[in-house]
Amino acid sequence: MATTIPAGPLAAPRSARTTRSRGSSRTNMEMVAWLFMRLSGVLLLVLIFGHLFVNLVQGEGINRIDFAFVGGKWASPFWQFWDLAMLWLAMIHGTNGMRTIINDYAERDRTRLVLKVLLAAAFLLTVTLGTLVIFTFEPCPIGAPADLLPSFCPAS
Amino acid sequence: MTALAESTTSARAEVGAVPSFDVTLRIRRFDPDNGAEPRWEEFTVTAHGTDRVLDAMHKVKWEVDGSLTFRRSCAHGICGSDAMRINGRNRLACKALLKDLDPSKPITIEPIKGLPVIKDLVVDMEPFFASYREVMPFLITHGNAPSKERLQSPEDRARYDDTTKCILCAACTSSCPVFWTDGQYFGPAAIVNAHRFIFDSRDEGAVQRLEILNDKEGVWRCRTTFNCTEACPRGIEVTKAIQEVKRAMITRAF
Repeated sequence: MATTIPAGPLAAPRSARTTRSRGSSRTNMEMVAWLFMRLSGVLLLVLIFGHLFVNLVQGEGINRIDFAFVGGKWASPFWQFWDLAMLWLAMIHGTNGMRTIINDYAERDRTRLVLKVLLAAAFLLTVTLGTLVIFTFEPCPIGAPADLLPSFCPAS
Repeated sequence: MTALAESTTSARAEVGAVPSFDVTLRIRRFDPDNGAEPRWEEFTVTAHGTDRVLDAMHKVKWEVDGSLTFRRSCAHGICGSDAMRINGRNRLACKALLKDLDPSKPITIEPIKGLPVIKDLVVDMEPFFASYREVMPFLITHGNAPSKERLQSPEDRARYDDTTKCILCAACTSSCPVFWTDGQYFGPAAIVNAHRFIFDSRDEGAVQRLEILNDKEGVWRCRTTFNCTEACPRGIEVTKAIQEVKRAMITRAF
Protein backbone atom coordinates (compact mmCIF):
# COMPACT_ATOMS: atom_id res chain seq x y z
CA MET A 1 0.00 0.00 0.00
CA ALA A 2 2.68 2.43 1.04
CA THR A 3 5.70 3.00 -1.16
CA THR A 4 8.91 4.08 0.49
CA ILE A 5 11.54 6.41 -0.94
CA PRO A 6 14.67 7.40 1.00
CA ALA A 7 14.69 11.07 2.00
CA GLY A 8 17.57 13.42 2.73
CA PRO A 9 19.25 13.51 6.11
CA LEU A 10 17.51 14.93 9.12
CA ALA A 11 18.37 18.53 9.95
CA ALA A 12 20.55 18.77 13.03
CA PRO A 13 18.50 19.32 16.17
CA ARG A 14 18.89 22.78 17.59
CA SER A 15 18.57 24.08 21.09
CA ALA A 16 16.41 26.83 22.49
CA ARG A 17 17.65 30.40 22.74
CA THR A 18 20.58 30.26 25.11
CA THR A 19 21.69 33.87 25.42
CA ARG A 20 19.35 35.67 27.73
CA SER A 21 18.93 39.29 26.70
CA ARG A 22 21.48 41.59 28.24
CA GLY A 23 20.29 44.35 30.53
CA SER A 24 18.70 47.56 29.35
CA SER A 25 19.67 49.09 26.05
CA ARG A 26 18.06 52.01 24.33
CA THR A 27 20.11 51.65 21.17
CA ASN A 28 22.58 49.09 19.96
CA MET A 29 24.89 48.38 17.06
CA GLU A 30 22.28 46.41 15.11
CA MET A 31 19.75 49.23 15.34
CA VAL A 32 22.30 51.83 14.23
CA ALA A 33 23.36 49.58 11.34
CA TRP A 34 19.72 49.07 10.32
CA LEU A 35 19.01 52.80 10.37
CA PHE A 36 22.25 53.59 8.54
CA MET A 37 21.30 51.25 5.68
CA ARG A 38 18.04 53.15 5.12
CA LEU A 39 19.46 56.67 5.40
CA SER A 40 22.62 56.02 3.39
CA GLY A 41 20.53 54.28 0.73
CA VAL A 42 18.50 57.45 0.16
CA LEU A 43 21.62 59.65 0.13
CA LEU A 44 23.42 57.28 -2.24
CA LEU A 45 20.54 57.45 -4.72
CA VAL A 46 21.04 61.22 -4.98
CA LEU A 47 24.84 61.07 -4.97
CA ILE A 48 25.17 58.28 -7.54
CA PHE A 49 22.59 59.56 -9.99
CA GLY A 50 24.03 63.09 -9.65
CA HIS A 51 27.48 61.67 -10.36
CA LEU A 52 26.25 59.69 -13.37
CA PHE A 53 24.41 62.71 -14.77
CA VAL A 54 27.36 65.09 -14.45
CA ASN A 55 29.86 62.62 -15.86
CA LEU A 56 27.88 60.92 -18.61
CA VAL A 57 24.95 63.07 -19.69
CA GLN A 58 25.59 66.77 -19.13
CA GLY A 59 27.23 68.77 -21.97
CA GLU A 60 29.11 66.55 -24.42
CA GLY A 61 28.51 63.57 -22.14
CA ILE A 62 30.88 60.67 -21.97
CA ASN A 63 33.23 62.04 -24.69
CA ARG A 64 34.32 64.76 -22.32
CA ILE A 65 35.90 62.41 -19.79
CA ASP A 66 39.70 62.56 -19.77
CA PHE A 67 42.45 63.43 -17.33
CA ALA A 68 41.66 67.12 -17.56
CA PHE A 69 37.99 66.57 -16.75
CA VAL A 70 38.71 64.50 -13.64
CA GLY A 71 41.54 66.84 -12.60
CA GLY A 72 39.24 69.85 -12.99
CA LYS A 73 36.51 68.20 -10.91
CA TRP A 74 38.82 67.26 -8.06
CA ALA A 75 40.28 70.77 -7.91
CA SER A 76 36.92 71.87 -6.53
CA PRO A 77 36.17 71.15 -2.82
CA PHE A 78 32.54 70.54 -3.78
CA TRP A 79 33.35 67.54 -5.97
CA GLN A 80 36.01 66.35 -3.53
CA PHE A 81 33.38 66.24 -0.82
CA TRP A 82 30.80 64.69 -3.16
CA ASP A 83 33.12 61.86 -4.19
CA LEU A 84 34.35 61.35 -0.64
CA ALA A 85 30.76 61.05 0.64
CA MET A 86 29.93 58.66 -2.17
CA LEU A 87 32.99 56.51 -1.46
CA TRP A 88 32.46 56.29 2.28
CA LEU A 89 28.69 55.82 2.22
CA ALA A 90 28.83 53.21 -0.54
CA MET A 91 31.64 51.30 1.12
CA ILE A 92 30.04 51.26 4.58
CA HIS A 93 26.64 50.43 3.07
CA GLY A 94 28.03 47.59 0.97
CA THR A 95 30.28 46.25 3.73
CA ASN A 96 27.41 46.20 6.20
CA GLY A 97 25.30 44.36 3.63
CA MET A 98 28.03 41.76 3.18
CA ARG A 99 28.36 41.45 6.95
CA THR A 100 24.64 40.72 7.14
CA ILE A 101 24.88 38.09 4.43
CA ILE A 102 27.86 36.45 6.18
CA ASN A 103 25.95 36.40 9.46
CA ASP A 104 22.93 34.86 7.74
CA TYR A 105 24.66 32.20 5.67
CA ALA A 106 28.02 31.25 7.22
CA GLU A 107 27.08 28.77 9.90
CA ARG A 108 30.50 27.86 11.33
CA ASP A 109 32.10 30.35 13.70
CA ARG A 110 35.52 29.96 12.07
CA THR A 111 34.14 30.59 8.54
CA ARG A 112 32.30 33.66 9.76
CA LEU A 113 35.39 35.08 11.40
CA VAL A 114 37.63 34.50 8.36
CA LEU A 115 35.09 36.04 5.97
CA LYS A 116 34.59 39.07 8.19
CA VAL A 117 38.33 39.66 8.53
CA LEU A 118 38.69 39.51 4.73
CA LEU A 119 35.75 41.87 4.37
CA ALA A 120 37.21 44.37 6.83
CA ALA A 121 40.57 44.25 5.05
CA ALA A 122 38.96 44.92 1.67
CA PHE A 123 36.97 47.78 3.19
CA LEU A 124 39.99 49.43 4.81
CA LEU A 125 42.14 49.10 1.70
CA THR A 126 39.53 50.60 -0.63
CA VAL A 127 38.51 53.43 1.67
CA THR A 128 42.10 54.39 2.56
CA LEU A 129 43.31 54.36 -1.03
CA GLY A 130 40.23 56.21 -2.29
CA THR A 131 40.44 58.90 0.36
CA LEU A 132 44.14 59.32 -0.24
CA VAL A 133 43.62 59.77 -3.98
CA ILE A 134 40.81 62.30 -3.57
CA PHE A 135 42.89 64.52 -1.27
CA THR A 136 46.37 64.14 -2.76
CA PHE A 137 45.39 64.21 -6.44
CA GLU A 138 47.76 66.46 -8.43
CA PRO A 139 45.80 68.02 -11.32
CA CYS A 140 48.91 69.62 -12.87
CA PRO A 141 51.75 67.09 -12.85
CA ILE A 142 55.05 68.64 -13.91
CA GLY A 143 56.27 67.68 -17.37
CA ALA A 144 52.92 66.42 -18.64
CA PRO A 145 51.86 67.42 -22.20
CA ALA A 146 49.87 70.65 -21.96
CA ASP A 147 46.91 69.44 -24.06
CA LEU A 148 46.06 66.78 -21.47
CA LEU A 149 45.91 69.15 -18.49
CA PRO A 150 42.99 71.11 -17.06
CA SER A 151 42.77 74.70 -18.33
CA PHE A 152 43.78 76.28 -15.00
CA CYS A 153 47.23 74.62 -14.94
CA PRO A 154 50.17 77.00 -15.54
CA ALA A 155 51.58 74.61 -18.17
CA SER A 156 48.48 74.54 -20.36
CA MET B 1 -45.44 14.29 -14.66
CA THR B 2 -43.90 11.23 -13.09
CA ALA B 3 -40.94 11.44 -15.46
CA LEU B 4 -40.40 15.05 -14.50
CA ALA B 5 -40.48 14.28 -10.78
CA GLU B 6 -38.01 11.45 -11.23
CA SER B 7 -35.52 13.55 -13.16
CA THR B 8 -35.76 16.28 -10.51
CA THR B 9 -34.98 13.78 -7.75
CA SER B 10 -31.97 12.36 -9.57
CA ALA B 11 -30.70 15.86 -10.41
CA ARG B 12 -31.02 16.80 -6.76
CA ALA B 13 -29.01 13.72 -5.78
CA GLU B 14 -26.27 14.73 -8.21
CA VAL B 15 -26.15 18.24 -6.85
CA GLY B 16 -25.89 17.01 -3.29
CA ALA B 17 -23.32 14.31 -4.11
CA VAL B 18 -19.79 15.03 -3.04
CA PRO B 19 -17.28 13.94 -5.67
CA SER B 20 -14.69 11.50 -4.42
CA PHE B 21 -11.22 10.91 -5.85
CA ASP B 22 -7.97 9.15 -5.06
CA VAL B 23 -5.27 11.28 -3.58
CA THR B 24 -1.62 10.41 -2.90
CA LEU B 25 0.06 11.77 0.20
CA ARG B 26 3.85 11.83 0.12
CA ILE B 27 4.79 12.01 3.78
CA ARG B 28 8.28 12.52 5.17
CA ARG B 29 8.71 10.00 7.97
CA PHE B 30 11.28 9.54 10.69
CA ASP B 31 11.25 7.01 13.51
CA PRO B 32 14.02 7.52 16.09
CA ASP B 33 13.44 4.04 17.57
CA ASN B 34 14.23 2.42 14.23
CA GLY B 35 17.44 4.37 13.96
CA ALA B 36 16.65 4.59 10.26
CA GLU B 37 17.24 7.61 8.08
CA PRO B 38 14.21 9.73 7.25
CA ARG B 39 12.27 8.51 4.23
CA TRP B 40 9.35 9.51 2.04
CA GLU B 41 6.31 7.24 2.10
CA GLU B 42 3.44 7.46 -0.32
CA PHE B 43 -0.09 6.55 0.68
CA THR B 44 -3.01 6.59 -1.70
CA VAL B 45 -6.44 7.01 -0.13
CA THR B 46 -9.91 7.85 -1.39
CA ALA B 47 -11.01 11.30 -0.33
CA HIS B 48 -14.04 13.51 -0.87
CA GLY B 49 -14.12 16.92 -2.47
CA THR B 50 -14.86 18.51 0.89
CA ASP B 51 -11.97 16.81 2.69
CA ARG B 52 -9.00 18.57 4.17
CA VAL B 53 -5.44 17.27 4.26
CA LEU B 54 -6.06 16.30 7.88
CA ASP B 55 -8.98 14.05 6.85
CA ALA B 56 -6.77 12.21 4.38
CA MET B 57 -4.08 11.84 7.05
CA HIS B 58 -6.65 10.49 9.50
CA LYS B 59 -7.65 7.95 6.89
CA VAL B 60 -4.02 6.86 6.56
CA LYS B 61 -3.52 6.65 10.31
CA TRP B 62 -6.82 4.95 11.10
CA GLU B 63 -7.06 2.57 8.14
CA VAL B 64 -3.59 2.07 6.60
CA ASP B 65 -0.66 2.71 8.89
CA GLY B 66 -1.32 3.42 12.56
CA SER B 67 2.32 4.34 13.19
CA LEU B 68 2.01 7.63 11.29
CA THR B 69 2.56 10.29 13.95
CA PHE B 70 1.33 13.88 13.88
CA ARG B 71 -0.21 16.41 16.26
CA ARG B 72 -3.75 17.65 16.02
CA SER B 73 -6.22 18.68 18.66
CA CYS B 74 -9.27 20.70 17.71
CA ALA B 75 -8.99 19.99 13.99
CA HIS B 76 -10.70 23.29 13.20
CA GLY B 77 -7.91 25.83 12.90
CA ILE B 78 -8.03 27.15 16.47
CA CYS B 79 -5.55 25.16 18.53
CA GLY B 80 -2.59 25.47 16.20
CA SER B 81 -1.33 21.92 16.72
CA ASP B 82 -1.14 20.68 13.15
CA ALA B 83 1.09 23.18 11.37
CA MET B 84 3.10 21.31 8.75
CA ARG B 85 4.85 21.93 5.47
CA ILE B 86 2.34 20.95 2.80
CA ASN B 87 3.55 21.18 -0.81
CA GLY B 88 6.45 23.29 0.39
CA ARG B 89 4.40 25.85 2.31
CA ASN B 90 3.55 25.99 5.97
CA ARG B 91 -0.16 25.44 6.52
CA LEU B 92 -2.53 23.95 9.05
CA ALA B 93 -3.51 20.47 7.82
CA CYS B 94 -7.02 21.13 9.17
CA LYS B 95 -7.47 24.26 7.07
CA ALA B 96 -5.92 23.11 3.77
CA LEU B 97 -8.58 21.64 1.44
CA LEU B 98 -7.37 18.81 -0.80
CA LYS B 99 -9.18 20.25 -3.81
CA ASP B 100 -7.17 23.47 -3.47
CA LEU B 101 -3.88 21.56 -3.64
CA ASP B 102 -4.26 19.83 -7.03
CA PRO B 103 -5.00 16.25 -5.84
CA SER B 104 -3.99 14.83 -9.24
CA LYS B 105 -0.35 15.10 -8.10
CA PRO B 106 1.09 13.65 -4.88
CA ILE B 107 0.76 16.07 -1.98
CA THR B 108 4.03 16.34 -0.03
CA ILE B 109 3.78 16.66 3.72
CA GLU B 110 6.84 17.40 5.90
CA PRO B 111 7.38 18.56 9.46
CA ILE B 112 7.87 22.32 9.85
CA LYS B 113 11.47 23.38 9.32
CA GLY B 114 13.99 24.71 11.82
CA LEU B 115 12.79 22.76 14.85
CA PRO B 116 14.15 19.31 15.86
CA VAL B 117 12.02 16.44 14.55
CA ILE B 118 10.93 14.00 17.25
CA LYS B 119 8.97 11.54 15.10
CA ASP B 120 7.37 11.79 11.66
CA LEU B 121 5.60 15.18 11.66
CA VAL B 122 6.03 15.91 15.36
CA VAL B 123 8.71 18.50 16.16
CA ASP B 124 10.09 19.71 19.48
CA MET B 125 8.34 23.05 20.03
CA GLU B 126 10.41 23.97 23.09
CA PRO B 127 12.84 26.36 21.31
CA PHE B 128 9.80 28.13 19.87
CA PHE B 129 8.06 28.47 23.25
CA ALA B 130 11.31 29.52 24.93
CA SER B 131 11.50 32.70 22.85
CA TYR B 132 7.76 33.19 23.34
CA ARG B 133 8.20 33.14 27.13
CA GLU B 134 11.14 35.53 26.89
CA VAL B 135 9.02 38.43 25.57
CA MET B 136 6.79 38.15 28.68
CA PRO B 137 3.43 37.51 26.97
CA PHE B 138 1.29 38.66 29.89
CA LEU B 139 -0.13 41.97 31.14
CA ILE B 140 2.40 44.00 33.15
CA THR B 141 1.08 46.83 35.32
CA HIS B 142 2.34 48.87 38.24
CA GLY B 143 0.59 50.35 41.25
CA ASN B 144 -2.71 49.27 42.76
CA ALA B 145 -5.08 47.18 40.71
CA PRO B 146 -8.32 49.02 39.91
CA SER B 147 -11.46 47.81 41.69
CA LYS B 148 -13.22 47.45 38.32
CA GLU B 149 -12.16 46.26 34.87
CA ARG B 150 -9.29 48.01 33.11
CA LEU B 151 -11.29 49.93 30.52
CA GLN B 152 -10.10 50.54 26.99
CA SER B 153 -11.58 52.47 24.09
CA PRO B 154 -12.51 50.57 20.92
CA GLU B 155 -9.79 52.54 19.08
CA ASP B 156 -7.14 51.47 21.59
CA ARG B 157 -8.34 47.89 21.28
CA ALA B 158 -8.20 48.04 17.49
CA ARG B 159 -4.54 49.13 17.61
CA TYR B 160 -3.29 45.62 18.38
CA ASP B 161 -6.29 43.58 17.22
CA ASP B 162 -4.39 41.83 14.43
CA THR B 163 -1.75 40.34 16.71
CA THR B 164 -4.29 38.98 19.22
CA LYS B 165 -5.24 36.35 16.63
CA CYS B 166 -2.01 34.35 17.03
CA ILE B 167 -2.57 30.66 17.88
CA LEU B 168 1.14 29.81 18.37
CA CYS B 169 1.17 27.20 15.62
CA ALA B 170 4.79 28.14 14.65
CA ALA B 171 3.92 28.31 10.94
CA CYS B 172 5.49 31.78 10.72
CA THR B 173 8.63 31.14 12.76
CA SER B 174 9.36 27.88 10.95
CA SER B 175 8.92 29.58 7.55
CA CYS B 176 11.49 32.26 8.36
CA PRO B 177 14.83 31.80 6.54
CA VAL B 178 16.65 33.71 9.29
CA PHE B 179 15.30 31.26 11.87
CA TRP B 180 16.34 28.28 9.71
CA THR B 181 20.00 29.29 9.85
CA ASP B 182 20.01 31.00 13.26
CA GLY B 183 18.06 29.22 15.98
CA GLN B 184 18.93 32.06 18.38
CA TYR B 185 16.65 34.51 16.51
CA PHE B 186 13.46 35.28 18.44
CA GLY B 187 11.34 34.50 15.39
CA PRO B 188 8.19 36.21 14.11
CA ALA B 189 5.75 34.57 16.55
CA ALA B 190 7.53 35.90 19.64
CA ILE B 191 7.64 39.41 18.14
CA VAL B 192 3.94 39.23 17.20
CA ASN B 193 3.06 38.33 20.78
CA ALA B 194 5.26 41.12 22.12
CA HIS B 195 3.50 43.50 19.71
CA ARG B 196 0.15 42.44 21.18
CA PHE B 197 1.22 43.85 24.58
CA ILE B 198 3.53 46.69 23.48
CA PHE B 199 0.61 48.39 21.72
CA ASP B 200 -1.98 47.59 24.42
CA SER B 201 -2.91 50.85 26.16
CA ARG B 202 -3.44 49.02 29.50
CA ASP B 203 0.00 47.43 29.54
CA GLU B 204 2.97 49.15 31.21
CA GLY B 205 5.75 46.74 30.24
CA ALA B 206 6.37 48.04 26.72
CA VAL B 207 9.80 49.43 27.58
CA GLN B 208 10.99 46.10 29.01
CA ARG B 209 9.73 44.21 25.96
CA LEU B 210 11.30 46.66 23.53
CA GLU B 211 14.60 46.30 25.34
CA ILE B 212 14.40 42.52 25.13
CA LEU B 213 13.65 42.64 21.40
CA ASN B 214 16.39 45.23 20.79
CA ASP B 215 18.79 42.32 21.26
CA LYS B 216 21.32 41.35 18.60
CA GLU B 217 19.02 38.40 17.82
CA GLY B 218 15.89 40.51 18.07
CA VAL B 219 13.85 42.44 15.50
CA TRP B 220 16.92 43.75 13.65
CA ARG B 221 17.53 40.22 12.33
CA CYS B 222 14.30 40.46 10.33
CA ARG B 223 14.95 40.71 6.57
CA THR B 224 11.31 41.43 5.64
CA THR B 225 11.03 38.45 3.31
CA PHE B 226 7.28 38.23 4.14
CA ASN B 227 7.43 34.42 4.46
CA CYS B 228 5.78 34.75 7.89
CA THR B 229 2.90 36.87 6.58
CA GLU B 230 2.28 34.37 3.79
CA ALA B 231 2.47 31.40 6.15
CA CYS B 232 0.15 32.69 8.88
CA PRO B 233 -3.06 30.62 8.86
CA ARG B 234 -4.85 33.40 10.77
CA GLY B 235 -3.94 36.05 8.21
CA ILE B 236 -1.96 38.15 10.68
CA GLU B 237 0.21 40.76 8.95
CA VAL B 238 3.29 39.48 10.74
CA THR B 239 5.92 41.46 8.85
CA LYS B 240 3.94 44.65 9.42
CA ALA B 241 3.81 43.93 13.15
CA ILE B 242 7.59 43.41 13.22
CA GLN B 243 8.10 46.71 11.38
CA GLU B 244 5.85 48.49 13.88
CA VAL B 245 7.98 47.15 16.73
CA LYS B 246 11.12 48.39 14.91
CA ARG B 247 9.53 51.81 14.50
CA ALA B 248 8.59 51.94 18.18
CA MET B 249 12.22 51.24 19.07
CA ILE B 250 13.54 53.96 16.80
CA THR B 251 11.05 56.54 18.10
CA ARG B 252 12.07 55.63 21.62
CA ALA B 253 15.79 55.89 20.88
CA PHE B 254 15.79 59.29 19.17
